[in-house]
Amino acid sequence: MNDISRLTVPVRPEDHAQGADDAILTLVEYGDYQCPYCGAAYPLVKKLQHQFGRDLRFVFRNFPLTQVHPLAQMAAELAEAAALQGKFWPMHDWIFENQPRWTRAGAEELLSGITAVGLDTAALEQALKLPQIDQRIRADFKGGVRSGVNGTPGFFVNGRIFQGPPAALAQVLERERTR
Amino acid sequence: MAILEPGTAAPAFTLQRESGERVALADHRGRNVVLVFYPFDWSPVCGDQLALYNELLDEFDALSAQVIGISVDSIWCHAAFVRDRKYRFPLLSDFEPKGEVSRLYGAYDSHEGCSERALFVVDAAGVIRWSFLSPMDTNPGADGILNALEALR
Repeated sequence: MNDISRLTVPVRPEDHAQGADDAILTLVEYGDYQCPYCGAAYPLVKKLQHQFGRDLRFVFRNFPLTQVHPLAQMAAELAEAAALQGKFWPMHDWIFENQPRWTRAGAEELLSGITAVGLDTAALEQALKLPQIDQRIRADFKGGVRSGVNGTPGFFVNGRIFQGPPAALAQVLERERTR
Repeated sequence: MAILEPGTAAPAFTLQRESGERVALADHRGRNVVLVFYPFDWSPVCGDQLALYNELLDEFDALSAQVIGISVDSIWCHAAFVRDRKYRFPLLSDFEPKGEVSRLYGAYDSHEGCSERALFVVDAAGVIRWSFLSPMDTNPGADGILNALEALR
């Protein structure tokens, strides 16, 4: 990774995005649902979305480090399966908001998110078996690696890699907005 | 000290890995080798960097490449680190004489007393085809390695 690393996979319609396509700011996060730093960045991203409002589009892509975070893959699969029922963001939010609890308690606690966000358990478990779920997560991961993501959370502001503590994101976004 | 440049024959070495087995660079002749020199086991950046390569072993394998980590830590330290992080590639111990192999590659920091954070892609014939020196505290990621390996196909 270096300062000029750029997002090699542009934001596409199939991405999970919040905000307008023509927002002047696009923040892409490569994240791991079990990574504590991503957990810490979660409320920060919410705050940025509030602060920058319609000027900001937020995109989340999967970057699970599965050997160090044994439940990261399952969490990513849950969010992707929920997406097939149009509930990506509620699941995404639930997973991060409850990260310390299910990290401690294990897979069963993580799976309780299915009912917690009001999804049909049978349908979701069916969806979890679809090969496209794994393929998508892997494709996200590989795209991230190609763009220079070296750990999580990996942020890109308008396609350019962001180096530094997530707390400094607001400044960078502000500078970008007034450019 | 500058790291060895592409086009240089990769210096031969034999070092012990975390399991105690001796590993020679020549054992891998006929395949590409990614040599990952790094400062220390357990230090935060190293962990992240190696964790990333651990996730990409299938990709490296598809590019006919073996990943090998090297630092000055002892094999017992490596063994605990591998067990804790579930690494699925060998970590070699450049322990005695300390840093000897790292020095051969120009990847030793004698002030800090550890290997530099340096990457080398060695081809099937044992020639360095790509090298990269990263600042100590910066994880260089994997994009450079993958691009270099793809160029060898």
